Amino acid sequence: MNRIIKFIFLDILKNKIVLLYTVLLAAFAWSAFSLEDNSAKGILTLLNVILLTVPLVAILFATIYIYNSAEFIELLLSQPVKRTTIWFSLFVGLSLSLVLGFLIGAGIPILIYAPSDVGFMMLAIGSIITVVFVAIAFLSAIITRDKAKGIGISIMLWLYFALLFDGLVLFLTFQFSDYPIEKAMIVISALSPIDISRILILLHLDVSAMMGYTGAIFKEFFGTTIGLVISFVILLLWIAVPFFISLTKFKHKDL
Amino acid sequence: MKVILLSCLLVFFSLMEAKTIRVGSAQSYSKIKPALRSVENGDTLIVEHGFYQEGNLVIEKSIVFIGEGLPVLDGDKKFEVLSIKANNVTVKGFMIQNSGCATLDDPGGVKVYGSNDVTICDNYLYDNFFGIYIQYGKNCLIKNNKIIAFGTEEQQIGNGIHCWKSDSLLIIGNNISGHRDGIYFEFVTHSVIWRNISYHNIRYGLHFMFSNDDAYFTNLFRSNGAGVAVMFSKKIIMVNNSFEDNWGDAAYGLLLKEISDGYIHGNKFFNNTSGIYMEGTSRMQVLKNVFKSNGWGLKIQASCMDNVLENNNFLGNTFDISTNGSLVLNTFNENYWDKYTGYDLNKDNIGDVPYHPLSLFSVIVEKNPPAMLLYRSTMVMLLDKSEKILPSLTPENFIDNKPLMHALAL
Repeated sequence: MNRIIKFIFLDILKNKIVLLYTVLLAAFAWSAFSLEDNSAKGILTLLNVILLTVPLVAILFATIYIYNSAEFIELLLSQPVKRTTIWFSLFVGLSLSLVLGFLIGAGIPILIYAPSDVGFMMLAIGSIITVVFVAIAFLSAIITRDKAKGIGISIMLWLYFALLFDGLVLFLTFQFSDYPIEKAMIVISALSPIDISRILILLHLDVSAMMGYTGAIFKEFFGTTIGLVISFVILLLWIAVPFFISLTKFKHKDL
Repeated sequence: MKVILLSCLLVFFSLMEAKTIRVGSAQSYSKIKPALRSVENGDTLIVEHGFYQEGNLVIEKSIVFIGEGLPVLDGDKKFEVLSIKANNVTVKGFMIQNSGCATLDDPGGVKVYGSNDVTICDNYLYDNFFGIYIQYGKNCLIKNNKIIAFGTEEQQIGNGIHCWKSDSLLIIGNNISGHRDGIYFEFVTHSVIWRNISYHNIRYGLHFMFSNDDAYFTNLFRSNGAGVAVMFSKKIIMVNNSFEDNWGDAAYGLLLKEISDGYIHGNKFFNNTSGIYMEGTSRMQVLKNVFKSNGWGLKIQASCMDNVLENNNFLGNTFDISTNGSLVLNTFNENYWDKYTGYDLNKDNIGDVPYHPLSLFSVIVEKNPPAMLLYRSTMVMLLDKSEKILPSLTPENFIDNKPLMHALAL
C-alpha cells in the first residue's frame, strides 16, 4: 500500500498542474495579505479565495486523475493487491499531494502574516476542505464510467456547495423568517462543508459580535470546545461518508 | 471720632476674617468631624496626610476643603463619604474611598445636595457606589478627578459622575472607569463635558436622559459595555470625541434615541459594532466625522427624519449603512465612501455617478437576522454586486448624489 501511495504521490508531484496550483494560491495569499492593512482582513479575503478555489481544484483534479488512471487501476487489479488497498492508496496519494500544495501555497504566507489561532484554523480547514472534495470527487468518478458525465457531476456538485446551497439557505431563511430558526440553521449549515468552514473561521475572527442574536447562538455552539469538536467531526464525516460509499461501489464494480 | 470708627471697623473686619484650620495628628484637631463643626463660612480646612474613617462627613458651611498629601477619607463600605449641603464649597486633593452601597438613597463618594458653585477637583475616588453625585446643583465644576470602581453588574454599582436636575455644570478632564455609566445626565441643562476619558464602564461611557442644551467636546469613550447613549434630549452638541472599541452584541459607538436638533461634528468612530445607531432622531447635522473599521458605520432607522449627513469619511466598515425600511427622509451628500467605484471625468473631486451606500445584504440581514449565517458567502457577494448596478430591493432614494472621490483630511 505504501508503495502505491508513494508512486501516486510522486506521479502527481511531477504533474505541472499541482505546481501551478501552489504558485497561484501563493500569489493569492501574498497579495491578499500585502493589500489589506491588517492581517484579520487579509484572512477574510483569503477565506473567500480558499472556500471557492480550493474545492474547485480539488474536485476537478481528483476526478480527472481517477479517470485518467483507469488503465493503471486495471493493471494493479491484475496483481495480487486488494481492491480496498488500491482505492485507499489512490485517495491518500491524491489528498496528500493537494494538501501539500495548499500548505505550501497558502500556508507559508498565513504563518508569516497571521500566526494566530485563526491562522492555524485556516490551515486546518483548508486541508480538510481539500480532502473533503477529493472524497466527493471519488464518489462522482465511481458513479459513472463516462468521463464527461463524471466531470460534469463534479462541477455540478462544486457549484451546488459553493453557490447554490447558500442561495437555498437564503431562500429558506426568508420562508421561515417568522419562526425561531437559529438553531435549525446550525443543523442546516452542517449540510455543506463550505458553510461550516466559513462559519468556524468567522466566529474565530471576532466578527461574531456583528451577527447579533444569531451570532450569539452560533458562538454558543461553535465557540465552545464541544461545538468545535462536533464541527470538526462533521467535517471528517464529510470525508468518510463519500469515500466509503465510493469504496463499496468500487469493490463491487465490474471494471 | 474717626479713630473710633476706624478701630470699630478694624475689629469688625478681624472678626470677619476667614480662619484656616488644620486637621492632622499633630494639630489641635486630629479628626475632621469636630473641625467641620467649628468652621464658619469662608474658612479653609486643610486636612493633612492620613487615614480618616469617620462615617459620613457633612459640609454645611461655605468652606474650602483641601487635602494635603492625598489624605484618605474612608466610608467603611457603610456610609456616604462626603455630603455637601452648602454653596461655594471647594473639595480638593482627597482620596475618597469605599462608600456604602444602597439602592434606596444612592450614597456617593461625594454627593452635592442642592448647592451652587461647588468645585470638586483633583480627587481620587476609589471603589465607591456612586463616584460624584450632584442633585439640584448649579454652576458646579468637576475637574481632574480620577474615578475608579470595579462593578460587575449594573444593579450593584452606581455611575461615575451622576448629575440630576442640575444646570450649568462643567465636567472637565476626569478619568472614569468601572462604574455603571461613566457620566450620567438626567434633567441637566446648559452643561459642558470636556476632555474626559471614560472606559471599561459596564453600561455607557456617557449617558444623557431628558437633558437639553448640553455639549460634550474632545472626550474619549473606549470599550464601554454599550458605548455612549444620548436619549430623549434636544440641542446636544457633540464635537471632536472619539468612540472606540465598543464591540459586542448590543454595543454602539453612539446611540441616538428620540433626540433632535443636535450637531455631531468631527468625531471619530473606530472599531465599534455600530458606529452610530439612530432611532427616532430628527434634524441632526452629522458633519465631518470619520467612521472606520466598524461593523456597521451608521444604522439609521426609518423613524429618523430630516437628518443631514455631509462630508463624512466611511473607511473599511463591513457595512457602511443599514436601515430597516424603505422610507428615506434623510439627506446624504458629499461623503467619502471607500466602497465607491465610480469615476470623475471633470476632476472636481465629486463622482459623476451617484452612490447607493446601502448594500443588499445589510437590508436582508436587517429584515431577517439569521441570514447573517451567509455573511461573506460568495453567493451573497454576487447578489450585492448585481444589486449595486440595478437597485431593486434597496430603497432607490437612499443615495449620495455627490460622493467624493478622495477621503477628506479629517
